[in-house]
Amino acid sequence: MGAPIETFYQVIRRQGISRRSFVKFCSLTAASLGLGANGAATVANALETKPRVPVIWMHGLECTCCSESFIRSAHPLVKDVVLSMISLDYDDTIMAAAGHQADAILQETREKHKGGYILAVEGNPPLNEDGMYCIDGGRPFVEKLKEMAADSMAVIAWGACASWGCVQAAKPNPTHAVPIDKVIRDKPIIKVPGCPPIAEVMTGVVGYVVTFGKLPELDRQGRPKMFYSQRIHDKCYRRPHFDAGQFVEAWDDDGARKGYCLYKMGCKGPTTYNACSTTRWNDGVSFPIQSGHGCIGCSEDAFWDKGSFYDRLTNISAFGVEANADTIGIAAAGAVAAGLAVHAGVTAVRRLTGHDENTPPRG
Amino acid sequence: MAQASGLPGVVDRIDERAPRRQTVYVYQAPVRLWHWVTVGCITVLAVTGYLIGSPPPTLSGEASDHYLMGYIRYAHFSAGYVLAVGLVFRLIWAFIGNRYARQIFVLPVWDRMWISGLIYTVKWYMFLVRDPKKYIGHNPAGHASMFGLVLLLVFMICTGFAMYSEGAGRDSWQYAMFGWVFSIFPNSQDVHTWHHLGLWAIVIFVLGHIYAAVREDILSRQSMISSIVSGERVFRDDFRE
Ligand code: HEM
Ligand code: HEM
Ligand code: SF4
Ligand code: SF4
Repeated sequence: MGAPIETFYQVIRRQGISRRSFVKFCSLTAASLGLGANGAATVANALETKPRVPVIWMHGLECTCCSESFIRSAHPLVKDVVLSMISLDYDDTIMAAAGHQADAILQETREKHKGGYILAVEGNPPLNEDGMYCIDGGRPFVEKLKEMAADSMAVIAWGACASWGCVQAAKPNPTHAVPIDKVIRDKPIIKVPGCPPIAEVMTGVVGYVVTFGKLPELDRQGRPKMFYSQRIHDKCYRRPHFDAGQFVEAWDDDGARKGYCLYKMGCKGPTTYNACSTTRWNDGVSFPIQSGHGCIGCSEDAFWDKGSFYDRLTNISAFGVEANADTIGIAAAGAVAAGLAVHAGVTAVRRLTGHDENTPPRG
Repeated sequence: MAQASGLPGVVDRIDERAPRRQTVYVYQAPVRLWHWVTVGCITVLAVTGYLIGSPPPTLSGEASDHYLMGYIRYAHFSAGYVLAVGLVFRLIWAFIGNRYARQIFVLPVWDRMWISGLIYTVKWYMFLVRDPKKYIGHNPAGHASMFGLVLLLVFMICTGFAMYSEGAGRDSWQYAMFGWVFSIFPNSQDVHTWHHLGLWAIVIFVLGHIYAAVREDILSRQSMISSIVSGERVFRDDFRE
């Protein structure tokens, strides 16, 4: 307490990053956020003058694919800058400190920057057995999460786990894992879904939040609009084949070789909001559809529970049946049609056998 | 030619007497127009909707030579617009038109007469009573199913325009008006699935609807199919006690 609060710029200079790299970082961040011509200067100015926003990065039930993705950001510079800033505070996976020492840092940040730090959460808390299924530092993760969230400024939910629940929350969800917005209710939460989210999207989001000290504009689902307002399908390079009606019908057919649309192979691009078809993965090398496989909808709510990745019409499992909408519909309509036919038959028989006195008067 | 039927203005070849018939004007022109426009839209929507779910076999050649899915979807969306505008218009007409124009939007479950009529009509369809009751508007069972259809159409329009907004963009009016659907179903895959199930719910309504219309036309001694064409309900029996 009482120590002068550093700016982000001072910190990264102390970390050995040159002024030149800093300016580059500002331009890249501004570009990826779509901030326009003066964006870089705005970013630079903010980072030079505003007090640094500390970031705490916590891990619940997860596979660490978000961290893996993050440290493989296409622009090493961005990664270095953002990482050096984040590792300043707390990230139990990549920080040097461990055990009690690490826990002490956590508590210190929480007290020193009360209401001023960003809590980034990778993974989610299981609630069954009082949170026993995820113990972190001798305590259920859910307790730590609530505690850290209570004094934060805002929360970032990394990946499908923190945003939606992902595989550990898929049916039957034995540990009762829940997305973090089910336990953190009084803080703004920014969801960055994906399994994992794209590195550039992650650095972009962190860059925005630490630069401006506020959340970017979010959509109805709490996702940053700048990266999640379009579907894979809207920007897919195979879209002309979709519109033309040219589909891959089997994995080894001619259409597959020609790169036709993967709709009939169960591509979830038409219902998936993510930046893959524009940003792509691993330095912009490729993304699933470019490699000939449909999108599996990894950034969508409960994507594990929505039927096969390879069916266009996915199965609905309700009332103990597993069938798609057409199978259910045709069965129901068939049953009704059969019922009506029987009804018509009974009607005709009754009329012919004179049960029905309601016959027209014939002259 | 002589007027042999005994009814003024009715000309018959043989000397046959037409009984006196009571006729009531029930379905005003806008209602009938709406009915048949809706029938057309739903036919197009059902066929194109099915094809959106299960597209026709792949076309060969250059992508730029074809626009098949594009046209199928275009037809679906156009018919969807007409359906939606039609339903809004029909709702407005409910305020302007005659009392029968209001029926399909209100289910008078508080009305004991109506409830007992409903029970009676269901019994009639279950062969438990001899004669159907005659109604100037819809009979209570038809009334209830048409109210159900209106709800179904509202559901299809809301989910349909919500999916439309995904293509039109987050700043479209479709998203502003129907984006709330995604608060109920955060994953739009569910919206597709429910919209698709709606197709079959409508098919089931249509099966029952056409069956009932034909059957009542034959059995209930009042006109049905011609009523939704001409607007007039003809009671084929004179009312007798
Ligand atoms: C009677 C009414 C309707 C029926 C029976 C119907 C049927 C269908 C069906 C079966 C699908 C395919 C769903 C899937 O498997 O993904 C579909 C998709 C769709 N419908 Fe409808 N629909 C109706 C009304 C509407 C309306 C009023 C609109 C509004 C414009 C609309 C817009 C859409 C859209 C945007 C799609 C998705 C197209 C795509 O993903 O390419 N529908 N419809
Ligand atoms: C997509 C197919 C159809 C739909 C959705 C539909 C829907 C409706 C609705 C909503 C009404 C109530 C009209 C009102 O009060 O405003 C109605 C009435 C009626 N429809 Fe249809 N209809 C369909 C097809 C047909 C067909 C093919 C026929 C001819 C056989 C038919 C015959 C009738 C008759 C006779 C009535 C008047 C019923 C009565 O007087 O109680 N409909 N229909
Ligand atoms: S491959 Fe998938 S995302 Fe691309 S156009 Fe086809 S359905 Fe859409
Ligand atoms: S293409 Fe689809 S499944 Fe693949 S990473 Fe992107 S959003 Fe996830």
